[in-house]
Amino acid sequence: MSLTNKPHVIIIGAGFTGCATAHDLALRGFDITVVERGEIASGTSGRTHGLLHSGARYCVNDPEAALECIEENATLRKIARPCIEFNGGIFIALDESDLAYADSFIEGINSCHIQVNELKPAHVLAQEPNLNPHILAAYAVPDGAFDPLRLALAFAATSKENGAHFLLHHEVQELMVDGQGNICGVKTWDRHADRKIDIKGDMVVNATGAWAGQIAGLAGVRVPVIPTPGVMVAYNQRLVQHVINRLNVPGDGDIVLPQRRMSVIGTTSFTVEDVDYIPVTDEQIRLMYERACALVPAIRQAHQRGAYMSARPLIGSSVQGRSLSRTFKCYDHQESDGVTGFVTITGGKATTCRAMAEKTADLVCRKLGILAECRTKEMELTSYRKFYLYGYS
Amino acid sequence: MSSIRWKVTFIITRQRSKSKCYQQPFLLEVDPDEYILDCIERIWAFHDRSLTFRHACHHSTCGACGMRVNGVEKLTCITAIRSVTQDGGTVHIEPLRNFPVLSDLVVDMSTFFLRLEQVNAATVLPLQEACLPGEIKDQPVIESGQYERLVDCIECGLCISACPTALTSSSYQGPATLAAIQQGCQPGNQPFQILLADHEDGVWRCHSAYECSAVCPSNVDPAARIMNLRRRILTQHIRSLFSRQPEEAKNE
Repeated sequence: MSLTNKPHVIIIGAGFTGCATAHDLALRGFDITVVERGEIASGTSGRTHGLLHSGARYCVNDPEAALECIEENATLRKIARPCIEFNGGIFIALDESDLAYADSFIEGINSCHIQVNELKPAHVLAQEPNLNPHILAAYAVPDGAFDPLRLALAFAATSKENGAHFLLHHEVQELMVDGQGNICGVKTWDRHADRKIDIKGDMVVNATGAWAGQIAGLAGVRVPVIPTPGVMVAYNQRLVQHVINRLNVPGDGDIVLPQRRMSVIGTTSFTVEDVDYIPVTDEQIRLMYERACALVPAIRQAHQRGAYMSARPLIGSSVQGRSLSRTFKCYDHQESDGVTGFVTITGGKATTCRAMAEKTADLVCRKLGILAECRTKEMELTSYRKFYLYGYS
Repeated sequence: MSSIRWKVTFIITRQRSKSKCYQQPFLLEVDPDEYILDCIERIWAFHDRSLTFRHACHHSTCGACGMRVNGVEKLTCITAIRSVTQDGGTVHIEPLRNFPVLSDLVVDMSTFFLRLEQVNAATVLPLQEACLPGEIKDQPVIESGQYERLVDCIECGLCISACPTALTSSSYQGPATLAAIQQGCQPGNQPFQILLADHEDGVWRCHSAYECSAVCPSNVDPAARIMNLRRRILTQHIRSLFSRQPEEAKNE
């Protein structure tokens, strides 16, 4: 694959993290091949809620993730504007328990330096007439919505402009190991042509999110990723313009997100073993409907347009589901397991994908002895459509 | 959704690169309210890992999962089984027409994206401008700030697949591109896009079959936009007949 003497890095996975990492490393002068068993963003990334987090949701329980979010929120708005609807978000209090959360919310939001404005309930209702009228308190934050596929494509298209190759529908079946036990490439199954292709590289980056444990398993190492799915239900009317959040500890079905002509409610949180197919159940759809109606009663006049499930890749620890941090982690398997040529990046949010890529690229540079600065913070991404214009590989 | 279960046979058109295509049946037990795309993903997960298809958002915002379902273009992530077949019935799944097939249900849409890119098709617009022509703009009036949203066209290619004109003429700009020009250009304002539209491969190639609007899953109504664009272009031509440019007058 490599026709140059630049170091060749193979990235497994073309979700947000894989595409953003390809972009970062291509800018730093690496030769990049991304292998993906499906399409761009056909796993967790495509099925995200589409919320460009301000960090406000995590400012009390998970300030590390909140700080990452607010910083990357501003960055993505700068570099990926055509993929984003930026109309702001509102946290609303509907009962006493919500009101009781307000103090810690404000404290958290201030300590994370997230811009916040307290709004008068009457003022909120004038702007958002479809909201539950029994609002007790409301706070505006810089939330937004994005189109998941286009965001991933924008990173991928820009990396292609800088020379990266994408092999879609190529499933990694084995990792190649040299005589000294180092990872030196991947063995893939090209599902377009039904043939096997081996690709050699100087480094393999495992950017497979919720599947990171499975790919790490091919190298005989463990990554403590806990696939934690949540359900989303889309309704056929755009009933609000702001992202509406319930002002409380993060829970099920407490965000209504406007996107195109729809309102999308999410989400839940539970853990699974197998992430290849996770069914959406009636109970979850009913729960989302009830919760959505509590925030935006006009949902009752709308129809369900879609319902879907996606598995967050949360970094495991002794706690469960909602209490797991939304931050990300980069694993150097040489350090942790004595396996060279192999790193894993997982965890995180769509909003923080660029930062995840930066950290991964820093590690790859360190390991391959390359001195190159990250340049992705300021550089505007190219049009997502260009991904297809440079051919399919 | 309900607890009812149907037995449905999915007949999928398969093709490996450059070899002959064939049809492969898969018998599935389904919930009639399930979406077609979820069934296809299940076929991949539990029956045949070699099946290739495009998908991402699963709720009609990304436009990746367009296919032909029983001969009609559908966005499979929002098409319920109930709407296309019955218990014991069959569902034929084919790739979109008028695009080269890469494998199975995956088609090469690069020309389509190139055309949209050429005319600089908008992706995000102020709320008031993101509507259909003639649609009542009843968004609440806000004193401060303006809202924006991702435009209706999700670039799924269903209109190209359904269009009989695109079937006979690969150089035709196609409904989505012409709709994007209609949405983005005021007459006389962006001559380059208008030149593309006012061309034999532009609005004049359309035979008014209206299939694009019939299959559009996203309220774009390309056919109405093409007709509107024709009217605008004609108006401009007629006006120019009666108001000669100063240069022309000088040359005489």
